[in-house]
Amino acid sequence: MKIGVYVCHCGGNISDVVDVERVAEFVSRQKDVAVVRSISHMCSESGQKAIIDDIWQYNLDRVVVSACSPQFQGETFRKAVAKAGLNPNMVVMANIREQSAWPHHDEPENATEKAKILTAMAIEDIRRKEPVEKVAIKMGKNVLVIGGGIAGIQASLDLANAGFNVYLVERKPSIGGHMAQLSRTFPTEDCSSCILSPKMADVAEHPNIHLLTYSEVLEVNGSIGNFRVRILKKPKYVDEDKCTACNKCTEVCPVSVPDEFNLGMTMRKAIYLPSSTAVPHSHVLDENACLGLRPLACGLCSEACEADAINYDDMPQYINLEVDTIIVATGYEVFDAHLKPQYGYGKYRNVINALEMERIIVEMAEGHIIRPIGKDVAFIQCVGSRDAQIGNLYCSRICCMYATKLASLLKRMDPSREVYVFYTDLRAFGKGFEEYYRTAQELGVKFVRGRPGELHENPETKKVIVRVEDTLTRKIIEKEFDLVVLSVGLVPGEGTVKIAEILKLPRSADGFIKEAHPKFRPVDTPVEGIFVAGTAQGPKDIPDTVAQASAAAARAMSLMNKGEYEMSPIKAFIHEERCNGCGECVDACPVDAITVTNVAEINVAVCKGCGACISSCPRNAIDLRVFSNDEIMAQIDAALEDKKPGEKRIIIFADDMCTYTLADGVGTAKLKYSSNTYIIRVPSSSRVTPEMIVAAFEKGADGVFLGECEEVVSPYPSTLKVIEENVKRAREILSSVGIEPDRVQYSPFVTVMFKKFVALANKMVNIAEKYGEIAEEKRRKLRKEIEVIYDE
Amino acid sequence: MKKFPYYPGCTLKQTARNFEESGIASAKALGIELVELPRWNCCGAVSSLTSDEIMRHVAPIRNLVRVQQMNDDGLLDNEYRLVVLCSMCFNVLKRSNLIVTKDAEMLRTINEFMDTEPDYEGTVEVIHFLEVLRDIVGFDKLRAKLKKPLEGLKVSPYYGCTLLRPKEVGIDDVESPTIMEELIKSLGGEAVDNPYRSLCCGSYHTVGDNKKIVAERAYKIINAARKNKAEAIITSCPLCAFNLDNRQKLVKELHPDFEYMPVLYFTQLMALALGKEKEAGFDGNFVDSRPLLKEKGLIKD
Amino acid sequence: MMSEVIHLKERNRKLFEKIEEISGEKVTLCEQCGICTTSCPMADEMDITPAGIMRYSQMGDETVLDSEAIWICASCFTCTVRCPRGIDLAKVTEALRELNLRKNIDRIDVSHLDEELDELPAIAVVSALRKFTS
Repeated sequence: MKIGVYVCHCGGNISDVVDVERVAEFVSRQKDVAVVRSISHMCSESGQKAIIDDIWQYNLDRVVVSACSPQFQGETFRKAVAKAGLNPNMVVMANIREQSAWPHHDEPENATEKAKILTAMAIEDIRRKEPVEKVAIKMGKNVLVIGGGIAGIQASLDLANAGFNVYLVERKPSIGGHMAQLSRTFPTEDCSSCILSPKMADVAEHPNIHLLTYSEVLEVNGSIGNFRVRILKKPKYVDEDKCTACNKCTEVCPVSVPDEFNLGMTMRKAIYLPSSTAVPHSHVLDENACLGLRPLACGLCSEACEADAINYDDMPQYINLEVDTIIVATGYEVFDAHLKPQYGYGKYRNVINALEMERIIVEMAEGHIIRPIGKDVAFIQCVGSRDAQIGNLYCSRICCMYATKLASLLKRMDPSREVYVFYTDLRAFGKGFEEYYRTAQELGVKFVRGRPGELHENPETKKVIVRVEDTLTRKIIEKEFDLVVLSVGLVPGEGTVKIAEILKLPRSADGFIKEAHPKFRPVDTPVEGIFVAGTAQGPKDIPDTVAQASAAAARAMSLMNKGEYEMSPIKAFIHEERCNGCGECVDACPVDAITVTNVAEINVAVCKGCGACISSCPRNAIDLRVFSNDEIMAQIDAALEDKKPGEKRIIIFADDMCTYTLADGVGTAKLKYSSNTYIIRVPSSSRVTPEMIVAAFEKGADGVFLGECEEVVSPYPSTLKVIEENVKRAREILSSVGIEPDRVQYSPFVTVMFKKFVALANKMVNIAEKYGEIAEEKRRKLRKEIEVIYDE
Repeated sequence: MKKFPYYPGCTLKQTARNFEESGIASAKALGIELVELPRWNCCGAVSSLTSDEIMRHVAPIRNLVRVQQMNDDGLLDNEYRLVVLCSMCFNVLKRSNLIVTKDAEMLRTINEFMDTEPDYEGTVEVIHFLEVLRDIVGFDKLRAKLKKPLEGLKVSPYYGCTLLRPKEVGIDDVESPTIMEELIKSLGGEAVDNPYRSLCCGSYHTVGDNKKIVAERAYKIINAARKNKAEAIITSCPLCAFNLDNRQKLVKELHPDFEYMPVLYFTQLMALALGKEKEAGFDGNFVDSRPLLKEKGLIKD
Repeated sequence: MMSEVIHLKERNRKLFEKIEEISGEKVTLCEQCGICTTSCPMADEMDITPAGIMRYSQMGDETVLDSEAIWICASCFTCTVRCPRGIDLAKVTEALRELNLRKNIDRIDVSHLDEELDELPAIAVVSALRKFTS
């Protein structure tokens, strides 16, 4: 083994505080170190060249760069050693800038000693490093898009145009979603179905899109690159290719049922065309409404059909697909205003919801009056949203604008009308929105800042009485309206909830599908290979939906484009000779990546590399690549070597995404904290087992701290629970030999909690000082507890 | 006979005696014996609504201690559900019970203060008689025991505040309650909708200089019932009964076109329907309901 | 009507804190939507609306302590069950009443009640005395 160690001056950033020559001298005395250099800028061309030349000249097989944070220049050095022919995993950085020179800038002596130890830790780490092969999942070009609204349509077209093979599954008989039901769209007042129809036609004609309407996803197994999907295609009893939509069947059908497209306000027949803009443009026979198919009760429609398109023997089809990626675009439902009985929806005939208003306006434009609108109309905002009593705390984002739009349309239809919008806030945030609001005010729409608690009906005239406090004048006002429209919010639809269950997608607190990261990964779900677009992820308008759909398509494409998808090599793996197939790990894995046949098997396509499974194994048979048990233990050892009497050393396990980043940030801001702290980088602190914590104390640690991402920004689900349990177990073991349990602490962080990090680091040292030295015999007693790690 | 501990409250022994009499008689007809708490005290009529006020919980809690004692003394057989007829007392007792049992420190303080009483252990559950009818007896069973179904009688329920609010105390959904409507239907009557069925009657404003507030509320509530063709109103609170019944005199003074409407305790109609007309106490109401009931053939001259 | 400038001072902050302390509610959560006002059965009789009471409480404006509104309130809890921010307004109004009552300022004079005492139900007298007197 030949290790090359490079200590960086960082142009004074390090060398002004840390005596780099002393560090280099210390390193040169370490076993297996073949080359030591101290260089001004390791990341520069010449610095990298030094590494490459040394590798060739001295046959180095491992490299340590003692410099800045691996998050800063780690990639630079991985590429450098790869250029020289080594596996990119064979280089490790010791962070003596952000985690020593900078935070301890006024303690040069301590900073130097700490830099020596951090470098020693890196050397012990690299000693045990193994080359890693990249984890690559073979990717084809097949995508499943679930949901045929505008989001699903846009994503499908983007993918299909780029040459990918799309299966678009929609459970209604036609695509188009809610957008097909709307009248005009804000702020431009485009006719909604007019701009949507061309896209729907494109979908129907595109050779790369396989359109499956009246179909539902039943089951999905597998993982990215290999999703196995089972779909139910319900029988339409009408051949889509033969049907000419002449409507003769509908005319003779004796059965009338409420029309869902018009939200039950009008009737349709059992055999019907879903809407005038339906795609596929074919009739469908609703078997639940039909008088009877087996045996055939009526048969009039088939008699009337000149295209011979009706087939009463149609059967449900089960279709199995294999796809590489999935996009969830299952859309929304509107809040059921029956749940707010104080507004009289369903009781007072002159109270309707906004979606019903849309349909009334569309039908009116085509000459059908579903119901009279009347003269004076009121819009009540925030129905079902921003409401702690209902449990929907969120703002539904589009209602202010759609109410402004509907109000404007009504005012234009009849300027003598009185139109009021009763709001709490008027949220006109988007492009053209504020201008549109202004136009509405110019038209004479009256905006009143007040939210009604209840609505009453005039028992004679049936007009609705709206009583509200105009909070701007502080007066209570009351007015009778011919029609009240409830601006209902968007809620996760039944389809979204079902798909989330089938695909095991977590949902946010508001009930919508949860994105992988609220800022940086808004269309990824935490499940690799599954993306989300549109209102399934949260309320939004059409432009944002289309943008998200294209984003999801682009993300899916980027995974499939190269024919293989390279994943992080940090994955759990099983020491099969130790595994007895007990299955404890299966439940411990938060993403169901483990199955057990004879021994446990880890699906690397699903495994996120958090390491939560490791502590669940009673036989120590699970390990983590790149951050293995050996490598971690070796770093703990090195961190506690040569401790002087009375010296306190605290081990901090820092998760890469949050705590390690945070510590770097603290250093960069030159905030000071105790130099008795030694940070060990882990992907997630859940990989730190109770035995490791105890082992740290056995070897001389005075305190151990574990830092982890807060749940809401964490790339790993549920790791905080595992950490909590591991810490509890470690504390029990420590207590049993008389060591104070609060020497072990853990905390969630986000990367801006500078003060919290400093406080906790100092707190750990204070606790250690308060309790004093741990007696040798106590440390020895711990050995028995951790034999399980030592017997390798 | 199933025995339940029963808390009457001051008013049921005073101006609302017909509420208690008809209540106890109806319960008996359904196989329930309401055993009055020994040495009960006034519940206080209103709850303590501030966070730093513990003293006002003492009076309600002491009553709950009595329930424990009744069980310990063998007067009850492991029955810790305290039944209340007066819905205002029900609200106070249930609210105090919920608050005190959630806060161990507060419970300890109260127990220490009531040092001459046994400790309250948090075992009692406060329920309203309407809950007994819905959840323990069952409205179907009630219907089966009717001796005189109230056929043709159109009754509007008046819940008031205390049966439904706040949400943790309420016995039914706060916006669309149905329990009283179900009761009316199970008694054979017709339940009439009233959009103001849970509008506050004005409560304690009936004392002092603001009686008009009560009269205006009563006017609103009764007229809304009348518009929907109600012939009578039922209530479960002696304060609501006073405000909707006795105060009709003041309503008439303020609105000469106002017509009187009988306001009864729900137990009075129950007693009548279950064949206990004598105990229904129709002579105790301000607006006489007997002409109406005679007209419907439900009572004789 | 002359408009009045309110100079927010230390005592306003203190009043606001006292209100939050006694009521146990975070009045800062109120977004002034006005649902409480239209749910309140007594709102028509009040000089300040329920939403106004919350506003004054947020600002620590002492005017609210002298208002009629806090006494017109009948503690019916309709505001509480409707508030979309989940604030228990009944407790806030009670705190405002208590801030007066604890200074031994009674709302009604007990000696004036003799007229109807025989007819009034006990429940009315007890509740009125508890709400309106210290």
